[in-house]
Amino acid sequence: MMKIIAKTLSLQDIRMQHLAWALLAVTLFALAQLAQAAANMEIDTPAITALKNSMQARHAQLLPHYNSGAVGLTNDGLIAVRDTTAVPLKERGGINSLVASENADRSALYKEIAKANGHPEWEGEVRQTFAGRWIDKAQGGWHYRSGSDWAKK
Amino acid sequence: MHMKKLFVISGLLVLSACVTINIYFPAAEAQKAADKIIDEVWQLKNGQKPDTEKTPAEKTPETQPAESK
Repeated sequence: MMKIIAKTLSLQDIRMQHLAWALLAVTLFALAQLAQAAANMEIDTPAITALKNSMQARHAQLLPHYNSGAVGLTNDGLIAVRDTTAVPLKERGGINSLVASENADRSALYKEIAKANGHPEWEGEVRQTFAGRWIDKAQGGWHYRSGSDWAKK
Repeated sequence: MHMKKLFVISGLLVLSACVTINIYFPAAEAQKAADKIIDEVWQLKNGQKPDTEKTPAEKTPETQPAESK
């Protein structure tokens, strides 16, 4: 390859050679970036950390509802109110706003991760990745969406 | 002319590299990132089976904080 390039270039203007090397350098740089992108995903931005902390703080309130089955994990990376019959009447309104806040954080998280990695269009794939992992890591007794039905771990 | 050919090839290489970067979603890395975040949000210890719930401060891991139905 190099021999061919050199042979070709020996007959040509030296400036063209520089241009060819520049193009080659850009190609290598692009490939290096690709390799780096594959190494790790960026999740340490202030926005992501803030969302994470907010969700972590809310988890203490959601935990009893996961355990009782009042709230379940959906298959699109969110949570949903499932069955509130076990929840005292006065707490039911609270659940809805709790779930809404959690879902807002989760959606923002997926968006921020995609953005932090320079690919806002990855949002949907990030969401799907999370959807699977939330369910995989769910504790025994928690409910999750399986197709159009709820299943219990 | 040979130079033109060389430029076309180089240009295509650059373009294909860019396109590859744009369409490639690193699924394994995304999963690793998701696990890390979920472990923090749900306060799970790495690799530990989450059968006991950990609540911060007041409760020790030995006590079951919530009755399961």
